[in-house]
Amino acid sequence: MNLKGTKIIAIGEREGVTGPSLEILARSAGAEVILGFTQCFV
Amino acid sequence: MSPALLHAAYALTHAPDLVRYGSKPRRELSKHPGLDAELQNALRDWDDAVAYPPNQTFVGNLTPDDLRSRPQPWWQHPVVDAPSEGPFGPIMTQAGLYGLLKAVDDFNLIVLGQPLAEEACADLKGRVDLGGRLGSVQGVTPGELAKMVEAEAGLPLFHRGQLAAFIRRAHPEDDTLKAEVLLENLACKATAALALFRALKDGPIKPDDVDYLFNTGEEAVGDRYQRGAGSLAKAVAEVVGCQHATGIDLKAFCASPVHGLVIAAGLVQAEVFDHMVVLGGGSLAKLGMKFRGHLGSGVPIMEDMLGSMAFVIGPSNGRDPEFRLDAIGKLPIGAGSSPKAIYQALVIDPLERRGLKMTDVDRYAVELHNPEITLPAGGADVPLTNYRTLGALAVLRGEIEREQIDAFAAQRGMPGFAPTQGHIPAGVPFLGHARLAMLNGEMTRVMVVAKGSLFLGRMTQLVDGASFLLERP
Repeated sequence: MNLKGTKIIAIGEREGVTGPSLEILARSAGAEVILGFTQCFV
Repeated sequence: MSPALLHAAYALTHAPDLVRYGSKPRRELSKHPGLDAELQNALRDWDDAVAYPPNQTFVGNLTPDDLRSRPQPWWQHPVVDAPSEGPFGPIMTQAGLYGLLKAVDDFNLIVLGQPLAEEACADLKGRVDLGGRLGSVQGVTPGELAKMVEAEAGLPLFHRGQLAAFIRRAHPEDDTLKAEVLLENLACKATAALALFRALKDGPIKPDDVDYLFNTGEEAVGDRYQRGAGSLAKAVAEVVGCQHATGIDLKAFCASPVHGLVIAAGLVQAEVFDHMVVLGGGSLAKLGMKFRGHLGSGVPIMEDMLGSMAFVIGPSNGRDPEFRLDAIGKLPIGAGSSPKAIYQALVIDPLERRGLKMTDVDRYAVELHNPEITLPAGGADVPLTNYRTLGALAVLRGEIEREQIDAFAAQRGMPGFAPTQGHIPAGVPFLGHARLAMLNGEMTRVMVVAKGSLFLGRMTQLVDGASFLLERP
């Protein structure tokens, strides 16, 4: 996937994929991460 | 000397009239006062709370496998003639809770109305013995109570929807000593004392035999200069008469109980202490946490229970399950935060140190949140998600085939049955069941895995986790 030129807000979840993991994925696809964090829904 | 789990006690306390003081309901009701009637109408009565199958599982009258075989939704299929006592501990009434709040209150913060005090004494009689403290469970007249609520700074407390008690603010300016915070702290203390009382009444050691305690509850007891200073462990031990003990509070969000058990087992193995207790009281702040979702889905508000627990750790007697300290899991800072990285650190690494495969573990106890509470609020079936992730790891390791992931989850997992009280569901609700199964020779090895959302405190983006392996000797 090519996300070059895309700005990303990465909202992860503790019991799934966390924010920092999503940020790594987004950056590896060329995106700019403008905000990233993890939520806890339990 | 190997450390062993000598006893596991649990308690549930029904607190429907305190749901309004849970963090989420309190905030929502202040913004939308019209929600109050809707919330009140969706609360469960005592009989429904006792007969609720996950609650019966928590106190040991059903096993997790029994629960899985029961028809769902569980709230529509109650246990017939369900008792309010289980092999692991009691389910306590709300009146009993108010009595306990008064009994553990050393600063005259709680004032009960006379009718509630009488009901509390009747409910506590024969179920919990806190020495002379139950003598303090006395009330004032309804007129005196009403005047107090009018004149003093604090919070009115309700029973069956009616004004029945009051809690004072303890300092005019200190927000760590305001009535809402003190109520949370006292609720944690009271429910932890209930579990500890039960652990020492039913377990192999007496209060005088306890050397040291860790409290792993969620409350931050302290003052304006030192929030979260502690020590609720010592305060609870005092209530139950552990005259030779002291203790501290451990903090790692919901992973605290597993950290506490690991350290306690280590201290017993090192012969620093003979007998330790790891405690956790109930989280009042989390009552009604998902109530908007429950109202929207037309299900009862099932976050009306305070959970609590007390685990006794001591030298192995050759019968009770032993902690394998050569298979402790921790989540190092450098581990990464993907599910694979987390489970590599918490599950695979400790097993490999023992030369074990994932399929050598009979059961994994993960985050055991009751899905009937999380799903209507838009959340996931948290245990199932965890078990599928573990199953996927077993596929990657070549231990099972891809088609066997669901079977792995069913065979080595269990349905969630714990109230959504953070540290309470964090793997440890299974310890009572695991201990009995191992004593009966039905299980050999159980792994308990917990996670903590450190990022919620805004000091780090990291997740925490801890695990341990329990084995039949």
